[in-house]
Amino acid sequence: MNIEQKIIFSEQTLALVSKIVSHYPEGKQKSALLPVLHIAQAEFGGWLSVPVMDYVASILNILPIEVYEVATFYSMYNTKPVGNCVIEVCRTGPCWLCGAEEIIMHLENKLKIKAGETTSDGKFTIKLVECLADCGNAPVIQVGWDYHGNMTKEKIDELITDFDKNNKVSHKNPYEI
Amino acid sequence: MEKMKVLIGMASCGIAAGASKVYDKIYALKESEKLDFELVKTGCIGMCFREPLVEIIEDGNSFLYGEIDEKKAVEIFEKHIKLSEPIKEYVVKTDLFETKDDTFWKGQVKIALRNCGVIDPESISDYETQNGYNAIKKILNENISQETVIQSIIDSGLRGRGGGGFSTGMKWKFAFNNKSDEKYIICNADEGDPGAFMDRSVLEGDPHAVLEGMTIAAYAIGGTEGVIYCRAEYPLAIIRLNIALAQAREKGYLGKNIYGKQGFNFDIHVKEGAGAFVCGEETALMASIEGERGMPRRRPPFPAASGLWKKPTNINNVETFANVPSIILNGANSYNIYGTEKSKGTKVFALTGKINRGGLVEVPMGITINDVIFKLGGGIQDNKKFKAVQLGGPSGGCIPEHLTDTIVDYDSVTATGAIMGSGGMVVMDETTCMVDMARFFLDFTQKESCGKCTFCRIGTKRMLEILTRITEGEGREGDIEMLEELSVQIKDNSLCGLGQTAPNPVLTTIKYFRNEYEAHIHSKKCPAHGCKKLLTYTVVEDKCTGCTVCAKNCPVNAITGERKQKHLINQETCIKCGVCFNKCKFEAIKLS
Ligand SMILES: Cc1cc2nc3c(=O)[nH]c(=O)nc-3n(C[C@H](O)[C@H](O)[C@H](O)COP(=O)(O)O)c2cc1C
Ligand code: SF4
Ligand code: SF4
Repeated sequence: MNIEQKIIFSEQTLALVSKIVSHYPEGKQKSALLPVLHIAQAEFGGWLSVPVMDYVASILNILPIEVYEVATFYSMYNTKPVGNCVIEVCRTGPCWLCGAEEIIMHLENKLKIKAGETTSDGKFTIKLVECLADCGNAPVIQVGWDYHGNMTKEKIDELITDFDKNNKVSHKNPYEI
Repeated sequence: MEKMKVLIGMASCGIAAGASKVYDKIYALKESEKLDFELVKTGCIGMCFREPLVEIIEDGNSFLYGEIDEKKAVEIFEKHIKLSEPIKEYVVKTDLFETKDDTFWKGQVKIALRNCGVIDPESISDYETQNGYNAIKKILNENISQETVIQSIIDSGLRGRGGGGFSTGMKWKFAFNNKSDEKYIICNADEGDPGAFMDRSVLEGDPHAVLEGMTIAAYAIGGTEGVIYCRAEYPLAIIRLNIALAQAREKGYLGKNIYGKQGFNFDIHVKEGAGAFVCGEETALMASIEGERGMPRRRPPFPAASGLWKKPTNINNVETFANVPSIILNGANSYNIYGTEKSKGTKVFALTGKINRGGLVEVPMGITINDVIFKLGGGIQDNKKFKAVQLGGPSGGCIPEHLTDTIVDYDSVTATGAIMGSGGMVVMDETTCMVDMARFFLDFTQKESCGKCTFCRIGTKRMLEILTRITEGEGREGDIEMLEELSVQIKDNSLCGLGQTAPNPVLTTIKYFRNEYEAHIHSKKCPAHGCKKLLTYTVVEDKCTGCTVCAKNCPVNAITGERKQKHLINQETCIKCGVCFNKCKFEAIKLS
């Protein structure tokens, strides 16, 4: 995230937030917290800083601690900065049986970082995740909304080259359909 | 004559395998050559192992092509689409001649998956042509009472497909009996079991079936609002659900006075999760919808009495709901003719791991595990020997080879120590270390524990430490007994199913593969050669030709040696990745 960027949603996003809040009964606006955090994460650089969480608390009219509690509980919320392109590698049983470890190791060697870390140029993060439910094509990775199956080292090389060239950004507002 | 129809399997699995490129290619050719045929994006037909898939239907004959890339797509376009000349060698399924995958279909009965891979999931009219929304219309047109609908579901014998296996009809009855102006219908689409993708396939391939099932439930119990709680890891499912919801509202299948029935108001929205396995547990799920941490609470009160925002709530799994329209339309008998005495109907299984045909099958209850793995699933990859299958994911257990004549039904599977679970079958071969496998599943539950109960939070951690120690060759006398003791305590002192079932993978592997535990502990050996720390890779001198391939590929430069000279592995540096073993063409790397 650009430090200078003001932590404030656009008019359009605010309208979206109101619409989500309207799905829930009067006074239950906290129910919109998970979706709003997804949106905030996508709009403010792929992670949730304390000021961003405080902002979310203010628009839902709840306490900041209620937001921190939730943000730290769910694995999809990043509470530390991430790269533009987060490569999520499935580390669960079926992928593991089909060679996920080698894929992870290859990515680590290629990007010269460990899983969970971000490259120094801020381009890539490797994140290990649980089952992506495409075990028929194991090993599988997910980048943004896209699944990539039957991963091999060669395919990883191709993808990374492609992402690198196109400055791939993986976070995207999930409600922007 | 009907127009030729070309269907491309575009569920997440198909897309991951490259179906978008195939679609784009055929679309471009269709446009440039101005050919008149119907090009349809469809869901997953279950043959994930042959994706990308292209099906061509012409004059009532269907040809399903497998493993299609752009090049083959062009060939198919030139020969089959343009000249009606099927390319036999790419066909993986047809009624006209035999193919090598025919046994994948023998014995399958599709009820929950009836439309997956058959219709365009983004078209409500496609769903309608397959009897879609006819079940809810039948109820409303014939004024069938709520009690009768519930009775049909009870009679069908349908049990919850989310893992618990509770009678769906009985659950509806409880929710019906609790009076309230507001009642919620929740669809549990948080599918988090490792190796399970049945629900994703239904949501991506036939979202309207789930909406219709939920609407029927709403009618039956007096539900006023619906929520589909879907994993955020399933963006395509969420997109297709939202498309389906908009279409259903527009057609009056959702909203106020549904299908003209005064006072029948029901609408649904999708709520995304945020990556927490425990949110699949129903009380945690409701807490998550309310914007809280997904932590389970004590039951009773059950959701049927006090659920979402303390209102009566009925919660069912995706596959459960997908079965409902068919049962209502075709009668309880159409469902309960399949299955065993206490487990009726069909069940969808996801076949994964070391199996030849990884994918989705729907089979009648009562079929043997052996048939599923060897007949439908085509046996084990690379002609290796079958060792065990994990049923029920991290909450389940393994079923070893000598028990594969067990039939799939709730009670028979439970008798082995495993559970039916939601339908994941993770197949393991002789190279899988069962201790390591148990460690792997426990690592999962340990990470996913919500932390509320001490035994689940700390007990699983202790168990994991012991298992890790054993797989690293540091096992001690008494470790097996300690694992067993901890298991009992965790099972007895945990609030929700996560903790209560977390020790199952460990207990079943101890039960069936105790010798493997003992070999690790007493002789510091891993019989399956799976545990890295217990392996050594060495160069067999008289086989090594000095080709340097191993040294070039070793990620940590642990191998030294000049060209045409014998090579040597430095055991201190070696991380036991096995690359050299796999790369050497002369079998000069030995594993012991
Ligand atoms: C830890 C845990 C995870 C669960 N995950 C799921 C899930 O992902 N999907 C699901 O339908 N049920 C899941 N369940 C079961 C639900 O609590 C609940 O029983 C089910 O949604 C009821 O629907 P059914 O009767 O149609 O099966 C889980 C239970 C536990 C204890
Ligand atoms: S058993 Fe585990 S996951 Fe379930 S409530 Fe207790 S601590 Fe949480
Ligand atoms: S096992 Fe891996 S790390 Fe060890 S020598 Fe072979 S290639 Fe190198």
